[in-house]
Amino acid sequence: MDALASLAHGFAVALTLQNLGLAFVGCFLGTIIGALPGLGPSNGVAILIPLAFTLGLPATPAIILLTSVYYGAMYGGRISSILLNIPGDEPALMTTLDGHPMARKGQAGEALALSGIASFVGSLLATCGLVFLAPLLVRVALLFGPAEYFALFTLAFATLGGVASRNQAKSLIAAALGLGIALIGVDHQTGVPRFTFGNVHLYDGINFLVAIVGLFAISEVLLFLEHRGEGEHAPGKVALGRVTVPLAMLKRTWATMLRATGVGFLAGVLPGAGASLGSFIAYTLEKGLAGKGAGFGAGEPRGVAAPEAGNNAAAGGALVPMLALGVPGSGTTAVLLAMLLALNITPGPLLFQRNPDVVWGLIAALFIANVMLLLMNLPLVGLFVRVLRIPTRYLMPGVAMISFVGIYGISGSTFDLLEMIVFGVAGYLLRKLDVPLVPIILGILLGDQMEKNLRRALTISDGDWSILWGSWLAIAIWTLAIVGFLAPLVIGRFVRPKVKDTVAQ
Amino acid sequence: MNKLAAACAASLLTALCASAPAVAFEPAATECIAPANPGGGWDFTCRQVGKTLYDLKIVPSPVQVTNLSGGGGGVAYSEVVAKRDSDNDLIVAASSATSTRLAQGAYPGMTMGQVRWIGSIGADYGVIAVAKDSPIKTLKELLDKVKADPSSVAFAGGSAVGGWDHLKVLIAAKADGIDDIRKVKYVAFEGGGEAVTQLLGGHVQAFTGDLSEAKEFSDSGDIRILAVLAPKRLPGDFARFPTAKEQGLDVVGANWRGFYAPGKMSDDAYAFWVEAVKKVYASDEWKGIMKSSGLMPLDLDGAAFTAFVKDQIDKTTAISKEIGLIK
Repeated sequence: MDALASLAHGFAVALTLQNLGLAFVGCFLGTIIGALPGLGPSNGVAILIPLAFTLGLPATPAIILLTSVYYGAMYGGRISSILLNIPGDEPALMTTLDGHPMARKGQAGEALALSGIASFVGSLLATCGLVFLAPLLVRVALLFGPAEYFALFTLAFATLGGVASRNQAKSLIAAALGLGIALIGVDHQTGVPRFTFGNVHLYDGINFLVAIVGLFAISEVLLFLEHRGEGEHAPGKVALGRVTVPLAMLKRTWATMLRATGVGFLAGVLPGAGASLGSFIAYTLEKGLAGKGAGFGAGEPRGVAAPEAGNNAAAGGALVPMLALGVPGSGTTAVLLAMLLALNITPGPLLFQRNPDVVWGLIAALFIANVMLLLMNLPLVGLFVRVLRIPTRYLMPGVAMISFVGIYGISGSTFDLLEMIVFGVAGYLLRKLDVPLVPIILGILLGDQMEKNLRRALTISDGDWSILWGSWLAIAIWTLAIVGFLAPLVIGRFVRPKVKDTVAQ
Repeated sequence: MNKLAAACAASLLTALCASAPAVAFEPAATECIAPANPGGGWDFTCRQVGKTLYDLKIVPSPVQVTNLSGGGGGVAYSEVVAKRDSDNDLIVAASSATSTRLAQGAYPGMTMGQVRWIGSIGADYGVIAVAKDSPIKTLKELLDKVKADPSSVAFAGGSAVGGWDHLKVLIAAKADGIDDIRKVKYVAFEGGGEAVTQLLGGHVQAFTGDLSEAKEFSDSGDIRILAVLAPKRLPGDFARFPTAKEQGLDVVGANWRGFYAPGKMSDDAYAFWVEAVKKVYASDEWKGIMKSSGLMPLDLDGAAFTAFVKDQIDKTTAISKEIGLIK
């Protein structure tokens, strides 16, 4: 086993006091960054890049620090999803759907512990996958051309109706809003600006981080202002309970975790798909498998385990194309890639031969970080929760402040702040109208990619639409999409769920 | 003077302090705007040059790097023109993308004359490549195939349509005598890495990008670089790649990296910055950075650099009109 020998060498590189310390600091900061709404893994890593340079770290420790932050943020995102119903980062979006209802039922501790274990399973297996499958998976990724990507994104939308809402019409409206927003900006295939009104700030389109923070965090603040603290059920007051998982719950969810890990890992490996798609597909798959009436959306443990295992597995998967091809599989790996390049390490087909210390040291550090994160996130989760358990009337100004500072920190542009406020007001109104917010974000996130890939495919084929189902892989994805679209409609006729939509969906 | 500089830094009102009339220019709290997020090429330019400027003691304190992203550099450009027009302590990172967008009017209402162009610190030359199992061996062969049947070759590149990776192909096609360059098929991806992947997967037939993006894949034997768009063979390890010129196609495509400064910067300050960038370029530190980051020599400053940028803008304008991108 070549890979095992290399991995042993990697542990020798990673197990120095300095590297362990950096991994610990990275995990800790990452969890906080992930837990704070508005600060996602990609801007968390971006913010810490200057730190790594200031410390004058060589390549291996620097990349260990930053990937620990990355993994940490993936763990941390769930905390505010569950307790506050605000996704701490964009991949944790799906965790709000069942995590927060669990917390409101008084099972916050169980939800945190379960999602912590699911995160551990997801990222541990994904890191193993990274070790053994990297060379193989690079070849699978190559099968994906524009036509296959288009089919893949269609699959995501076809299954959308089943995800976030029981009111399909409102989901559809929300998705259409998201797709519309995704059209803003300079059209990549022709260079023509669309819906920018000559404003240069809109040329790059709408930054989905701005949209997420506005729709979720700012609208949360607005809702709070409306009720002015009258509700003592305010999210910050959710009782934590004991942070343990009943054995029965683990028994019920272990298969879910494994499936979600597989799906999430694959989604991560595909360049451009990323952790959000991983958690999204994992959740949809579990919801589909469980059938209606399983209580998804109302605090079903499987609905917590699936997206968390999925997004952590995707985080590991996204490292595969980044290391092996130099192609980032997600926004955060794009930032990591930039960091590697700045350190004079060029990821690509030759990286594994040229810089074995960096690659295997990094992979070993990921294993170590995972164990650290599990320890931090089970017995010590109370520490992070305390950050979020401040009474709502103190927390909300804090949420507003972090949102503003975080968004300003990304681009240094006041225009983004105005944009965020517009999204905040829109989010507030949409929540009043019971329109789910998740499909809007997915529309913004995926719509842009979907359009680009459709047009790329059509350019390649000179406008011949048959390229879209021109390969066995594309046909397979289309089949899944059609099944995924029709199945909920057919099954839904027989089993109508009785649970009402929660506001923040 | 030092006290004044410290006061400026402390009050963070550098713009105010800097606008005070300076006799012989002395830099105070200097700033470099990278018109993109951390991690990109512009960010790299600011950080590496800023670090070298401080290491060489050309500036008294570390250069502060500000990331001002948006509009493909347009947000930073209009900010400098509108609000920082007479800031003597400010430089802004730029590259071929800046001149391409200026030429195509992608910075609304902005022209190159509104800022002062300082100098270049190197260039990344364009390449055109095919997959290793492609039957095509030379750039000429590839372009002849395009000439015979434009739909038979799809070029993948990392920039938008009309962007630098696209223009390189069009310039080469024109040099080969292809009249209707609008027929040349170009597919835009997000960055060179993604475009190479599509070439490896066999979804497109050719790749257009920068040498730094393609070298690793050429070293591993996955792609064949048909031509590098440099005036002559590049030094060292890069010497094995044939130029377009030696294949009979007079095409040079350099993605330069450099700086511009606010338009009303004083002549003294402008002279200081031109000299500073020149010193950085000549230093051993910078030679090391160029080598490790794959930057190739391109040494232009002051008036020569301004003329170079103008020439690039004129050429880009002409070709963009031809493909109907601008009127």
